[in-house]
Amino acid sequence: MSRGPSLQLDDVGRLRHFLTIDGLNRELLTEILDTAEGFAGVSERTVKKVPLCRGKIVANLFFENSTRTRTTFELAGKRLSADVLNLNITASSTSKGETLLDTLRNLEAMHVDMFVVRHAVSGAAHFIARHADPGVGVINAGDGRHAHPTQAMLDMFTIRRHKGEFTGLRVAIVGDILHSRVARSQILALNTLGASEVRVIAPRTLLPVEARSLGVHIYHDMDEGIRDVDVVIMLRLQKERMQGAMLPSEHEYYRLFGLTEARLAAADSEAIVMHPGPINRGVEMASEVADGSRSVILQQVSYGIAVRMAVMSIIIGTQNQQGQDNKG
Amino acid sequence: MNNTNKISILQGRLIDPANGVDTVTDIHIENDKVVAIGEAPAGFQATTIIDGNDKVVCPGIIDLCANLREPGAEYKATIASETAAAAHSGITTLCCPPDTLPVIDTPAIAGQIKHKARKAGYCRVLPLGAQTQGLKGEKLSEMAALKGAGCIAISNNYAPLANTLVQRRTLEYAATFDLLTIIRSNDRHLSDQGCAHEGKVAARLGLPVIPEAAETVAVARDLALAQTTGAAIHFHTLSSASAAHTLAWARREKRRVTADVAIHQLHLTEMDIEGFDSNTHVLPPLRSTGDRDGLRQAVAENIISAICSDHQPHEADAKAAPFPATEPGISGLDTLLPLTIKLAHEGVMDLSSAIARLTIGPAEILGLPLGRLQVGATADICIFDPDTYWTVAPDQLTSQGKNTPFGGWELPGIVTHTLLEGRIVYQRD
Repeated sequence: MSRGPSLQLDDVGRLRHFLTIDGLNRELLTEILDTAEGFAGVSERTVKKVPLCRGKIVANLFFENSTRTRTTFELAGKRLSADVLNLNITASSTSKGETLLDTLRNLEAMHVDMFVVRHAVSGAAHFIARHADPGVGVINAGDGRHAHPTQAMLDMFTIRRHKGEFTGLRVAIVGDILHSRVARSQILALNTLGASEVRVIAPRTLLPVEARSLGVHIYHDMDEGIRDVDVVIMLRLQKERMQGAMLPSEHEYYRLFGLTEARLAAADSEAIVMHPGPINRGVEMASEVADGSRSVILQQVSYGIAVRMAVMSIIIGTQNQQGQDNKG
Repeated sequence: MNNTNKISILQGRLIDPANGVDTVTDIHIENDKVVAIGEAPAGFQATTIIDGNDKVVCPGIIDLCANLREPGAEYKATIASETAAAAHSGITTLCCPPDTLPVIDTPAIAGQIKHKARKAGYCRVLPLGAQTQGLKGEKLSEMAALKGAGCIAISNNYAPLANTLVQRRTLEYAATFDLLTIIRSNDRHLSDQGCAHEGKVAARLGLPVIPEAAETVAVARDLALAQTTGAAIHFHTLSSASAAHTLAWARREKRRVTADVAIHQLHLTEMDIEGFDSNTHVLPPLRSTGDRDGLRQAVAENIISAICSDHQPHEADAKAAPFPATEPGISGLDTLLPLTIKLAHEGVMDLSSAIARLTIGPAEILGLPLGRLQVGATADICIFDPDTYWTVAPDQLTSQGKNTPFGGWELPGIVTHTLLEGRIVYQRD
């Protein structure tokens, strides 16, 4: 059985798919960040395009609704000169009883070079990568509670832009770790890139029982957990958590875990505040923090395009390389 | 007289744990019975001779849980296909759970399954009757009628009763007719929509979890209800070391309780679901290494006295989806004996004890006079070569279900002959 990490790398360690941060080394993550750095300038040009993926077809396969992730992937593909198909699958095939495998086969018949996949079930991107034709790349744009590696990488990009190095950094992730694919990927990325301490701050109902094994320090008290950190990452709280007896009320959540100016004062004086969006103002954080000088939330969105361009171009690069190898 | 079936199995290593036998000897069979061990009776002329050299001869295997999928899901497997696979694997008796379509909650369905199994002729099939009508957990099934139609025990299988009062009533009613209640212990609220053990691997993979407490809470509840009602209960496919500890306590207290474990739980752990291999999606889920070791110990100490295949054959499509969206279960008939022999090779217990968990152990749980081979016993016999290894190739399984996580494993033990009531129902070419 091929494991996740070896599934996404070819036999010389080049990135074939981008499914999870798990199993990727520091050099590879740094390569993604450095490549993204090169693309960050493209957005500021008058002609916002480079020809790296000309003639390639990228299909955005979104089995779950998303506006910003899908849009940034679409823009990333277009800036690389690829042809981008947007497929909103929830509304079409699956409701007619077509299986995931059938959908995949049909799209492959259209000679798609890359799938960008968002799905509500953990492991969906692995499944597609395992069953896709060998020449087709798969990028995980979020699968269930499992992983959202491009989001994690754009967060790393944002942190590096503001903090320079990861070594010595203390990062706190606040909120619903249990259900968060973003948090899982961030924790893996931060530890791989050498952050000195990753903290999670949440009530026990929103933490996996084995949370410590993810490589984090656990805090249940916001004021204690946020002390002296360099980065505060707030997670979105889904309204349905109030239903499953996970939390009593938004009010109590905000009172205990909401980020306010007063609380933020305990963090390092240069600390930045992040959020993968969309924000519930007055639930996860106060508007004054979200819109304040420490907030880098909107930069995260614009960096998202550069990071996704980086991942796409690296995978297409691997495909071109393999094409060369096969000819040779 | 001319039609008399007389078989001699010569110079095999007879392992009959029920009678404390482990010796090289001959066995002589006339019609459906063992008539002599050692020297043949005076004037015995065998019509068939089986060479037992370098082979183990043991009672036919009794599998406490094998889903046959018929009626209702013949695209997965049929009674004919799976009983043939059972014979190929040395299994002579198997229990089929009630969650067929329609459910085994009427004598007609139980009778239909038994009839088809008899017609196929490979293996004795003992249906388990539904504990509640339609397995809905609300109304009692007609247990007396089900027993009359050949149901060996009752069970609600994958739909354990959420309502504790109904559970109590079913235990009381079953006890009225001396029917054993077989329980897959699982608190449905705690297991929720889970598909993986609540541990380190699920934490990392972000899979919805089934906590250990889903099993231990339910085991504690049902032990208390069995004590109250005096009913005999059997825990089916335990998955946690903690439940095995509770069971050890209950056995010391002389409670009327027994248990089995699925063979895959003694070899695989949560680590095996890495990479989202849907063939490792089972219920109860694969748990921690500590759980596996605790279960192995409980089996070695005979606290868990039976090992079953928990056979769940599936068509390929059932497993061709992301892990949580696939149907749980492993096609287990082909690998039951080899994986059990492997336990002996790994030093978990000796070969005789391992065979006991497949023969006399389940026979005693069901109260059957099978699983033993003294003179006069029914000649259900499994003969296997214990030292030859084979490589598991999923598409070569004899079961119609090719869903196994053991593909590529090198396993010891090849069945050469299977005898059901003195008839050779399988013979290796």
